[in-house]
Amino acid sequence: MTLNRRTLIAGAAALPALGGLPFRSAKAQAQNVIRIGVLNDQSGLYRDLSGPGSTQAVRLAIQESGITNRGIQVEVVQADHQNRPDVGSTVARQWIDRDGVDVIVDVPTSSVALAVNTVVRERNKVYINSGAATSDLTGAQCSPNTVHWTYDTWMLAQSTGGAMVRAGGKSWFFVTADYAFGHALERDTSNFVRSQGGEILGNVRTPFPGTTDFSSFLQQAQRSRAQVIGLANAGGDTINSIKQAAEFRITRGGRTKLAGLLVFVTDVHALGLETAQGLVLSETFYWDLNDRTRNFTQRLGALPGGIRPSMVQAGCYSGVLHYLKAVADMGVQAAKASGTEAVARMKAMPTADDCFGEGSIRPDGRKLHPCYLFEVKAPSESRGAWDYYKLLGTTPADQAFRPLAEGGCALVRS
Amino acid sequence: MADTTITAGSLPAANEAETIFGFTRPQFAAFLVMVAFIAVSPFFLFPPYLMKVLCFGLFALAFNLLIGYVGLLSFGHAAYFGMGGYIAGYTAKAWGLSPELAIILGGAVGALLGLPFGWLAIRRSGIYFAMITLALAQMVYFFCLQAPFTGGEDGIQAIPRGNLFGMFSLQSDMAMYWLVAAVFLLGFLLIHRVIHSPFGQVMKAIRENEPRAISLGYRTDDYKLIAFVLSAGLAGIAGGTKSLVFGIATLTDVHWSMSGEVVLMTLVGGLGTIFGPVVGAGVIITMQNYLAEFGAWVTVIQGAIFIACVLAFRRGVVGEIANLFRVRL
Amino acid sequence: MEDLLFELQLVLPQVILGVINGAFYALLSLGLAVIFGMLNVINFTHGAQFMMGAFVAWMLLNWLGIGYWPALLLAPLIVGAIGVVIERTMIARLYKLDHLYGLLLTFGCALVIEGLFRNEFGSSGLSYRPPPEFAALDLEIGDFFLPGYRVWVLIAATIVCVATWLVIEKTKIGSYLRAAVERPQLVQAFGINVPLMMTLTYGAGVALAGFAGVLAAPIYSVHPGMGANFIITVFAVVVIGGMGSIMGSIVTGFMLGFVQGITDVFYSEASATVVFVIMAIVLLTRPAGLFGRA
Repeated sequence: MTLNRRTLIAGAAALPALGGLPFRSAKAQAQNVIRIGVLNDQSGLYRDLSGPGSTQAVRLAIQESGITNRGIQVEVVQADHQNRPDVGSTVARQWIDRDGVDVIVDVPTSSVALAVNTVVRERNKVYINSGAATSDLTGAQCSPNTVHWTYDTWMLAQSTGGAMVRAGGKSWFFVTADYAFGHALERDTSNFVRSQGGEILGNVRTPFPGTTDFSSFLQQAQRSRAQVIGLANAGGDTINSIKQAAEFRITRGGRTKLAGLLVFVTDVHALGLETAQGLVLSETFYWDLNDRTRNFTQRLGALPGGIRPSMVQAGCYSGVLHYLKAVADMGVQAAKASGTEAVARMKAMPTADDCFGEGSIRPDGRKLHPCYLFEVKAPSESRGAWDYYKLLGTTPADQAFRPLAEGGCALVRS
Repeated sequence: MADTTITAGSLPAANEAETIFGFTRPQFAAFLVMVAFIAVSPFFLFPPYLMKVLCFGLFALAFNLLIGYVGLLSFGHAAYFGMGGYIAGYTAKAWGLSPELAIILGGAVGALLGLPFGWLAIRRSGIYFAMITLALAQMVYFFCLQAPFTGGEDGIQAIPRGNLFGMFSLQSDMAMYWLVAAVFLLGFLLIHRVIHSPFGQVMKAIRENEPRAISLGYRTDDYKLIAFVLSAGLAGIAGGTKSLVFGIATLTDVHWSMSGEVVLMTLVGGLGTIFGPVVGAGVIITMQNYLAEFGAWVTVIQGAIFIACVLAFRRGVVGEIANLFRVRL
Repeated sequence: MEDLLFELQLVLPQVILGVINGAFYALLSLGLAVIFGMLNVINFTHGAQFMMGAFVAWMLLNWLGIGYWPALLLAPLIVGAIGVVIERTMIARLYKLDHLYGLLLTFGCALVIEGLFRNEFGSSGLSYRPPPEFAALDLEIGDFFLPGYRVWVLIAATIVCVATWLVIEKTKIGSYLRAAVERPQLVQAFGINVPLMMTLTYGAGVALAGFAGVLAAPIYSVHPGMGANFIITVFAVVVIGGMGSIMGSIVTGFMLGFVQGITDVFYSEASATVVFVIMAIVLLTRPAGLFGRA
């Protein structure tokens, strides 16, 4: 018998390692508190454009909403989803079920964004997505609990594809990452190029992941003598292709332009102007766009790593600010009780803030605001730190996003 | 010489002859503790977390069948785990299969995938085996990224948990938990049975001394291949279960870092012990949970645990405990 | 004939680019082969050490103002020195154990190193510009432009590969090394310090990875995951070549770059998987690898 007892003790010794995750904490019961969870990438590829900067932007929104003066407390928690859908969905469940989180904000990386979308909808909370690109969030997988705030792939394709043709880039060649995301980006952009009277000269598919050298593909693109080389890829692939395009002088002579279909200001910063100059891209927010955006950037203060706010971080600010206005309007109890109601109230109110100006939220959850086509400045044109873009064109809010009827969102039909 | 093989090796155990359902008495006691824990824990711990532990526990058990009992280190087990998840998720969502069928199908496809891969990989052993399985798994990753049914980098989302046998709704976490617990225990008992069968004895003979096993007339390649397929199939079942629990099947589960993670779980728990992989899965999942807010430190700490285990702690948690009490667990 | 000439014009530049990329495979698989030959350890940290080479070059330039040429020597030395520390403190304790423990240990090291760099430098990547003097090597033939720096990569990698081969096959040190692989006890009995040789061999293999890293810094974005992108492909290269000979790993590396270059032109979708397909074929026909001893 001693053996048995010993083994039992041994088994019990392993228990603390497994334990420690209480099912439900008392904290979740408090009533006059709004809890905001910032869920994003704190360690990977999207850390700089979302990451701790997004949390800082959310804190600024809380402070400026003036909601604490009305006796409403707001708490912020943050976590790293490591760009893994299972981690993101587990954190979202724990936050809502155990910690009483009412709103989940940011969530870059499409797969994680969609996973969290389902979790939030099942539990009837609020989801303000700023970081993810997938237009499915307001299309096939739209939800009455979700607002897709900042940008999406349709918008990027339309702005870069359409506006670029209007600006004279008539003939295109695509360097496309060979997976669904790249294909969709290429297909959407091609449609806009054609609809504006441009033509597609060809494409080359680059294996994903695992392509580190794009020079061979870029040269194939160059030989097509297209005026625009569209980079239908993302993240490290885009950075490597832009870098190697500079190395191989693909754009020399000004005959060819590179168009990045998913490039952020933080990527341009990482590349440096020497390499990135002449690149054309679309964003919905640029810190140096006007007095209001500059003012916002100043109020936000220094972000980790000395970076200036990205459109994703600006979207977190703007989204939370608007949510808190809705909360103030409808009362904390009501806002906490039903995420659908809170989102409906957000949709009923016009939006206004320094980052995106005046805007609105459509029934499918799409936030509307203008979109800008930028060209990256040459080093000689840049007047100071983070002076990166010159404005080429603006798409007004009512044309920047996919028309309501085309998304296939079930909320619209009913 | 126990330490020179990759496994904890066999320990001199008391009461070796006395067995209860094939367990030695200490093993049986530990088994009862485990069952009791599984039965009680969902009432005071967060069920989705426990389900994750059980899914990964089964995955690690499947992996351990190869490394712990045949001595083959697969560095590509994510392929079977992830593919099982995709198949179960797809059939549950698109075909509306009931959960038990979806999971079984996930396991079957995992095993089917393991057949050609195992057949190729067992041509080499040791380090080569590890590298070949890694490279083959990388091909599965490429496939999953391209194949239309996997949803590319978005993965398969909003997979319904469905109704067990078409009758019992699994929508609540508690209902799902009991299914996961049942799958886990069945997998555990199956592995236990295999290890203690004559087949399992041959597996161990291969691990200890393959040429001798061959000289005794065993076609060791056949045994290795069967073990490989079985392990891949169980990994597929674990992956299928996990995708139903969380309602998603994505590329994360076929990525090579997942293969690394299951190695780590098994190593932490104790290679070649039957309870080790489960404990290891618990430790690693708990750690990932608590470290979610620390970002890149998760990788650093996981790496450090790897190093610590290899250098100072080769028996793993369960192996050390077993050694302390001179029993086999 | 016209057509053929046109085809050739199309393919040749891509083949050249492919072979240049093959230079990285060759350097990395050579390092792995050197380490494996002596230590019987598959160095999973190799990718991380390649990444460190690029980062050390970046740090030397941005923190200390030390340029490319000194970095080409200093960075491999620094990375190699770190490798020596890893070998002395950790890997050396595992020689008596199953070789798989070496694989697991170096895998852990890779995770730690990558994580630390991620914490310090983020993941967006950094830029490292090659010195301007390479413009003199720029090749421009018709439409085809080859940056001078790529030409240099090919030259430098070839020199280092050949030099390593010469050291191992034709010098006294190399003969000790080869002898120590075959009969470590006997060599030890002759009064040669075998443990020291193992340490230095590991350091040298790692330094090769660091050297490849410096070469790669101006071409690729310098970021913590850059080595992980390479290492699995390089493992496949190693399986294809077999671990038998130093020359084998060099030849296989360049050859696969060549194959990838051709694939890029005719069926670009497959250029990442072609290596794995070749691996499967080689395993079916020659399980020991093209140059391996069974």
